[in-house]
Amino acid sequence: MAGKRPSREKPAQVPHGLPVEMLRSIYTKMVQTRRFEETAARLFSEGKVHGTAHFCIGEEATGIAVCAALEPGDRMTATHRGHGQSIGKGMRLDLMMAEFLGKETGYCKGRGGCMHIADFSVGSLGANGIVGGGMPLAVGAALSQRLQGSTDITVCFFGDGATSTGSFHESVNLASVWKLPVLFVCVNNLYAMSTPLRRQANIPDLAQRGQAYGIRGVSMDGNDAIAIYLAAREAREYVKQNGPMLLVLNTYRHMGHSKSDANVYRTKQEIEEWKKRCPIKRMRERLVAEGTFTDDELDAIEAQAAGDVEEAVRFAEASPAPRIEEAARDVYA
Amino acid sequence: MREITYAEAIREALSEEMRADPRVFLLGEDIGIYGGAFGVTRGMVQEFGEERVRDTPLSEHAITGAAAGAALTGMRPVVEIMFSDFLSIALEQLANQAAKSRYQFGGQASVPMVLRTAGGSGTGAAEQHSQSLEAWVCHVPGLKVVIPSTPADAKGLLKSAIRDPNPVVFIEQKLLYRRKGPVPDPAEDFQVPLGVADVKRPGRDLTVITYGRMVPRCLEAAGKLAAEGIDAEVIDIRTLVPMDKACIIDSVKKTGRAMIVHEACKTGGYGGEVAAVIADSEAFFHLDAPIRRVAGLDVPIPYNPELEAAVVPTLERIIFEARDLAG
Repeated sequence: MAGKRPSREKPAQVPHGLPVEMLRSIYTKMVQTRRFEETAARLFSEGKVHGTAHFCIGEEATGIAVCAALEPGDRMTATHRGHGQSIGKGMRLDLMMAEFLGKETGYCKGRGGCMHIADFSVGSLGANGIVGGGMPLAVGAALSQRLQGSTDITVCFFGDGATSTGSFHESVNLASVWKLPVLFVCVNNLYAMSTPLRRQANIPDLAQRGQAYGIRGVSMDGNDAIAIYLAAREAREYVKQNGPMLLVLNTYRHMGHSKSDANVYRTKQEIEEWKKRCPIKRMRERLVAEGTFTDDELDAIEAQAAGDVEEAVRFAEASPAPRIEEAARDVYA
Repeated sequence: MREITYAEAIREALSEEMRADPRVFLLGEDIGIYGGAFGVTRGMVQEFGEERVRDTPLSEHAITGAAAGAALTGMRPVVEIMFSDFLSIALEQLANQAAKSRYQFGGQASVPMVLRTAGGSGTGAAEQHSQSLEAWVCHVPGLKVVIPSTPADAKGLLKSAIRDPNPVVFIEQKLLYRRKGPVPDPAEDFQVPLGVADVKRPGRDLTVITYGRMVPRCLEAAGKLAAEGIDAEVIDIRTLVPMDKACIIDSVKKTGRAMIVHEACKTGGYGGEVAAVIADSEAFFHLDAPIRRVAGLDVPIPYNPELEAAVVPTLERIIFEARDLAG
């Protein structure tokens, strides 16, 4: 199902100023993330994976579009729900899938799993199993950038739940006092596991949290990839010049918190309402309506993503497990 | 050899490493113009400036994590946590992040940071500023743990800790800060390797294994015991993790008697680990008496000075226990 129109017929940019190749990349990574997680969920149900996983299905625009606005030298700390953030920062599907299956060929040699996945070669400083745990690390990474004379920035992803941790408050304050180049990105999916936002915070908009620390706070639709990309690009410039800011992306996770979640704390109707606002569907409709890509072209991207993920699964399944004799390797450098 | 204080020795180590390596910097509460709660970093902000001697907000969690994040990305931070009691606030970043980063990322990264902190009782600061919490951090794989007892060891071990590619918890002893001792000249780049114990006093009759503030006290006890004809060997462990097991085992094989002395509470304390190492080794077959632990009582450190002194091993108690063990 290759695209019928050769890409050379396209203009380099579409009306809102985005390069067409950037739109292609964002869309591709969003569907890769969706397919990666759907496949991961299937592997769970087939009993091929142990442990747990936290899926970002429904939230793909947040990690992908923010990371698309970054420069190669920028760094990123991810959350426990970080597949999209990792793919967005340039991590490879095959090495991620191998890590998910606990294989020696995985990013972390099967030691960390997806909750602790990292790729320092692309500036991905790791997902984190502790809610809010990556925030001080991001501040430290930005401090390195400052001390090393770099003009790069660090993006720090966290969820709405993390805004209740001391780690959030200490980290945002420290970054603000030192005016460090940290873009704090709150992926607000409205629930900290089962606890709704209204029981976590007595403010209507989490971006208000920025005021307490003297930093800019912006809240926006977290399911509009193109708008997020534009906002993140602007935010990156702002952070580089002025120090930290808080960008709150309001979104929703379609699946449960983890694989053990029975979804008893929210209604089917609510979930269905949010599925209608699916960020992939939305971007697709817009790209087609604006004539940037045809349905056939987008179908081809999706088919390619599906093939890439299947290839990643084949690689992971064929990969060796870590050797038990090496369980104590890498505790110390 | 010249004599300087334990605090001066630490400052010398920090300053020398900062002069030699632009990646080394300090962060902590009141370490700049104030010079640190115990004066260790006095004068350093004048030499190195506020970018490299960074005063921080009262955020032990964030500054420990920021140190880890900076270490992960090419710097060599030394973070000061004013009192070791505040490790309770820093522990998430220390134990869950700094200690595990290398392992959980499959060896991709390392965390060359030092967390300096001041431990121990004896200052009248009571329950929340007097604890000896080294066992907490010894229990976490990925951390190294150092407690120096002399100015020379403080300097040499800190220089090694800063150059080590792993997170090192460096627990200084409040009551030793003003104590003087011989330290080699700065021109010598004096270092003490991590993981090597030091026999501070050789002896034949029993082995006293100790560290930190209890080292000078055990040496004083050994001096008094010598007058009674009891010849105690005093081992200063210096690096709690990794432990120099060979030094301890060899000594106990020689003396046949082992006594472990520390200020920290007995239950779950480091002494239990030392005792187990001896019992698990061939030294067990050389023991002429049960292994003895002389430790702090299992109580918080009280305020009243008599109570405070009584809940940690006193000179008299160390002498009594050693005499009893050797008899």
